[in-house]
Amino acid sequence: MTQIVYDGSYEGWLTAVFEIYEYKLKGIVFAKEEISNTLLFSNSHFVTTNGEKANRVLNDLQQRLSHHGFNNIYFAFLSELEKIEEILFRFVEYAFASPINIEGDLSRIEVSNVKKAAHLTGKESHRMKAFVRFKLTKDNLYYAIVDPDCDVLPIIEQHFKNRYSDQRWLIYDSKRKYGIYYDLENVSTVEMQFESNASSSFLAEINDENEEFFQNLWRNYFCSVNIESRKNTKLHIKHMPKRYWKNLTEKIPNLNKR
Amino acid sequence: MVQERVMEKLAILADATKYDVSCSSGQSTRKNKNKGLGDTGGGICHAFTEDGRCVSLLKILLTNHCIFDCAYCVSRKSNDIKRVAFTVQEVVDLTIGFYRRNYIEGLFLSSGIFDNADYTMERLVRIVKKLRLEENFNGYIHLKAIPGASEELLKEAGLYADRLSVNVEMPTEQSLKLLAPDKNHKDVIKPMEYLKNEIIDYQEEKKSNYKTPLFAPAGQSTQMVIGATKENDMEILGMANYFYEQMKMRRVYYSGYVPISHDNRLPAIGTPVPMIRENRLYQADWLIRYYGFNVNEIVGFDQPNLDLDIDPKLGWALRNLHQFPVDINTADLELIQRIPGIGFLSAKKIVRRKKFQKITARRFKEIRNCLQPIEVFLGFFFAFLYAKRPNFCSNKKSDFEFAKQ
Repeated sequence: MTQIVYDGSYEGWLTAVFEIYEYKLKGIVFAKEEISNTLLFSNSHFVTTNGEKANRVLNDLQQRLSHHGFNNIYFAFLSELEKIEEILFRFVEYAFASPINIEGDLSRIEVSNVKKAAHLTGKESHRMKAFVRFKLTKDNLYYAIVDPDCDVLPIIEQHFKNRYSDQRWLIYDSKRKYGIYYDLENVSTVEMQFESNASSSFLAEINDENEEFFQNLWRNYFCSVNIESRKNTKLHIKHMPKRYWKNLTEKIPNLNKR
Repeated sequence: MVQERVMEKLAILADATKYDVSCSSGQSTRKNKNKGLGDTGGGICHAFTEDGRCVSLLKILLTNHCIFDCAYCVSRKSNDIKRVAFTVQEVVDLTIGFYRRNYIEGLFLSSGIFDNADYTMERLVRIVKKLRLEENFNGYIHLKAIPGASEELLKEAGLYADRLSVNVEMPTEQSLKLLAPDKNHKDVIKPMEYLKNEIIDYQEEKKSNYKTPLFAPAGQSTQMVIGATKENDMEILGMANYFYEQMKMRRVYYSGYVPISHDNRLPAIGTPVPMIRENRLYQADWLIRYYGFNVNEIVGFDQPNLDLDIDPKLGWALRNLHQFPVDINTADLELIQRIPGIGFLSAKKIVRRKKFQKITARRFKEIRNCLQPIEVFLGFFFAFLYAKRPNFCSNKKSDFEFAKQ
């Protein structure tokens, strides 16, 4: 039993893959940042993230997989499912061992699990493109708070950059405590503490004077387009799962409504 | 903006468009250039109403004033309702404000007719022009072309909007005459024809000169009200087929009639909305557009209406049992698509997969995840498989075999 301790980043994981081969490690278990206590009697191998090693793994994978299959590994990694590192390692191991492209071999659990995990991330990233709700502050920043199950910010960044290239925006992941910020030129990753449950008076203070009006307009519009007699809550929740509601303007009742 | 006034207008003018069913926002290719605002691509549904429909566009009327008196319409002249109208600037501000907050993909703008067709159309065009030229907006815009508007205005609309549509409203000319005495079938068909030709011309020109501007890149669509008059499904689908083939329409929408008036030409208030029928019509529509079915195979003189209890594809299969069971390992794409329960995406996956291996029931399940309801139409029969695995069809996350490390 060997416990691989890495920093939790994609690059770190790739370095770990390299070192598993380099040191011929067997019986792999991954752990993020600190040694897990559940495995008392195991060896630990500490991985220092190394760009060169990571790139060698990436290059090798790129040659063995299609563009789509190559991306799927990254997507699956971002799904943050339990034990995803091991699942991915099995996939990579299989890819390296086989002389041909193995992506289509869905009868193998190594392949189908990765595909399923990548699908989860893909689905959630699509939802996040839809469910980000920007609010405008007094100093012209559009900010939004999200908390997705999968770590999707890195893959939705380009979408928002293309779409909102003439406004400054920030999308903050309150679960992972980091955000992506666009300053009209580039998108950068920012780490910060953001009070998502700040008081309404505080929010009114930092928000643009028209912000509340637009939120109310949107709520108003959302109610107006509903056809009461066709109410279908099950379908509604299927499309807009409840876990997203706390960040959706139209699902937050208007507190100041007279 | 005078806030309270706008709030009220939005409630009234959004409410009036909710029976206009068009909501799609894809199929266009407008890209964000020179750091403008927005782009148009796949189309995203940003929210879902409590009845489960998606909201991707800000769908509003410019005004509910109308000189026409169409019996099926809430905005008809004789209806005693509050009349309001947005200004050009208000629509622009609303669209931009909503778009910047990522609430919507774009604008769907329709209108009652005030004064005359050209006067109304001119205002609609002013809004799109302002959005595109002054606000540098590249989001999706679907504009209603007003029947009877001049060709110059239609042309200008096409240069700035992504999709244009003229509603045919009634499947036949007689019903249109009956319920919309001021409207003329020709006034609807004429702009459609004009737009069709312009779209084709621009596309042709684009091939030789890439600088040719876009002209209604998402094509045109139309809508029919279903269940207000006596037409059968054969007439409705026949009309739809005419639009797809002759007018090169991208979509035909069917809107189940919601009784709104005590007019003895129409179903009485309280008559249920033909929701299932509407759904069956959409299913049939998809069979025609994506599955290679001919209208005559779905409805015919011996059976002019769609069966409400079963979907049209199953209906076709039951009428053509001699074609089944199909062995998916030897059938071609065309036939696989016709098996009830297999969509065109699964069909494509099956054909791709067939190149590598023989498709057994187990592999089939990996593609489609459930084969129970359609097994009788397939070449293989694996009843014992269900007996062993009762949860064959469930698609829950817990089914992930991650646990088997």
